[in-house]
Amino acid sequence: MRHVVTAFGGCIILIVLLAAIFAPLVAPHDPFAQDLMQRMIPPEWMDGGSPAHPFGTDQLGRDYLSRLLFGARISMAIGIFTVITSGFIGITLGVLGGYFGGRVDDVVMFMITCRLSIPLILVALTVVALVGSSLTVVILTLGLLLWERFAVVSRTTTMQVRNLDYIAAARAAGASRLHIMLREVLPNIVSPLIVVATLEMALAILLEAALSFLGLGVPPPLPSWGLMIAEGKDYMFFSPWVIMIPGIALFVLVLGINLLGDGLRDSLHAGRA
Amino acid sequence: MTPILEAANLRVTFGTGVAAVRGISLGVARGETHCLVGESGCGKSVTALAIMGLLARTAQRSSDVLRFDDYDLMRMSEREMSRVRGDKLAMIFQEPMTSLNPAYTIGSQMAEVLERHRRVSRAAALDRAAELLARVGITAPGMRLKQYPHQLSGGLRQRVMISMALMCEPELLIADEPTTALDVTVQAQILRLLQSLQRELGLALLLITHDLGIVARMADRVSVMYAGEIVESAPTAALFSAPSHPYTRGLLRCIPVPGSVRRDEPLGSIPGVVPRIAPGFVGCAFRDRCDHAIPDCARVVPRKSAAPGHDYLCRLDAA
Repeated sequence: MRHVVTAFGGCIILIVLLAAIFAPLVAPHDPFAQDLMQRMIPPEWMDGGSPAHPFGTDQLGRDYLSRLLFGARISMAIGIFTVITSGFIGITLGVLGGYFGGRVDDVVMFMITCRLSIPLILVALTVVALVGSSLTVVILTLGLLLWERFAVVSRTTTMQVRNLDYIAAARAAGASRLHIMLREVLPNIVSPLIVVATLEMALAILLEAALSFLGLGVPPPLPSWGLMIAEGKDYMFFSPWVIMIPGIALFVLVLGINLLGDGLRDSLHAGRA
Repeated sequence: MTPILEAANLRVTFGTGVAAVRGISLGVARGETHCLVGESGCGKSVTALAIMGLLARTAQRSSDVLRFDDYDLMRMSEREMSRVRGDKLAMIFQEPMTSLNPAYTIGSQMAEVLERHRRVSRAAALDRAAELLARVGITAPGMRLKQYPHQLSGGLRQRVMISMALMCEPELLIADEPTTALDVTVQAQILRLLQSLQRELGLALLLITHDLGIVARMADRVSVMYAGEIVESAPTAALFSAPSHPYTRGLLRCIPVPGSVRRDEPLGSIPGVVPRIAPGFVGCAFRDRCDHAIPDCARVVPRKSAAPGHDYLCRLDAA
């Protein structure tokens, strides 16, 4: 049962990833092409829908399915690159603190504590408002903010691994500290970090949607799912599907990532016991 | 001939509370097997780690002399030490089950040691690893090189650890209870292996153990440690025939000897436990457990010589 759920999560991510990669090939229309004669066409299955626009069109007559597919690119890019940035920062700090202990660890712990005292959304909003919004700015901002869970997890796991016999054996064989951290410790703490990565990826995608909804994330006319919801909110009473479609897409993707993360955590735990 | 390893007045303390090693002096000659014997917690392993420079950061090490080959180990930086460790100075540990990194194959871990210290290709390093695995009695070394540690038994892993320690042809091998975690038949095989390797390669071996049977079998020279001090040091034959320190005598009484120990008679034992020694402790650490203790034992104890090359730390005269 658990395997089924994990695989289900994995499938969702795979489908969204494929959609993101092959968006230009799969999308029926240009996601940026406006056609004011074709505004607010409902999805195909509703009254007044047309087979030319399976998910309908938005208030500027752009094909909603195409925007959704291109929006997957934004979400996946945000998720992946944010996790790479924050993972690099967090794991570096965590392994250093966990391996060296003492002063170094005090500094790392202080940085983690500071980071935890920062209100995420507010700082992200301020930074994006000051620097100006672009995909890169959003990725870097989120990456610089979301590293603390990586740091906490890699720090504690490094502390456990540090005292194992094979670390002493590696030192006795002449391994340098850098070598021990990168080659002896890191491969043995990877599995909990993968779980953290999935959680952070989901969080980053949701935060980007929130920022875009507030108008400070990815700039229009890029088709971010959060931005689609923001642009659709004025029409939601008469055409609820304009926010429901990107909303469901967001929900399903984040659900998939979390299911995969939970499944991985359980199976890695089982493997360890 | 000058010994390859020489320590004089080596001390290790942890914080302000525990003096783990209290001024020990020992020398290991080239090609010699020197056994460091004593009960748990007497400072044997700490001595080994102090020589390797692998003590925890909370430990303070001091020494009048701590020399290996031409290296003054007290003055070397961490970087210089890591160049010597695993090259001329190698060590194997007690727990073969956990001394190999579970994330890498045997071959990659072994090859890495050689690549770190010599300019060799991975292929050449793997050849050397296969050759050594065969040398330590592992059949099908080619297959073993591709395996992960969890696929090997404890005895095999200890053989791997030994061959890994031999990758760079070390001059001194420190073995910290290399057979304690293994079952008895495997123990005998590993000891025989160490012995033959030592003879063939002219390796100096500092063997740490608590098993006097191993000492009798392996050692050229024995140092008996008690509470952080070497209480008696002698050539093996002399130690077994004429033990001079009451602790050594007590230890020897604890070994069953076929023929001379009767079945219904209890074996000897030493009452009491090893005391925890704080810095500043004066006198004989064994006095609370010793049958011959006199009030003078609370003062500084002289080191006496029982014979050339045989000294002990006690007020008593040699037996």
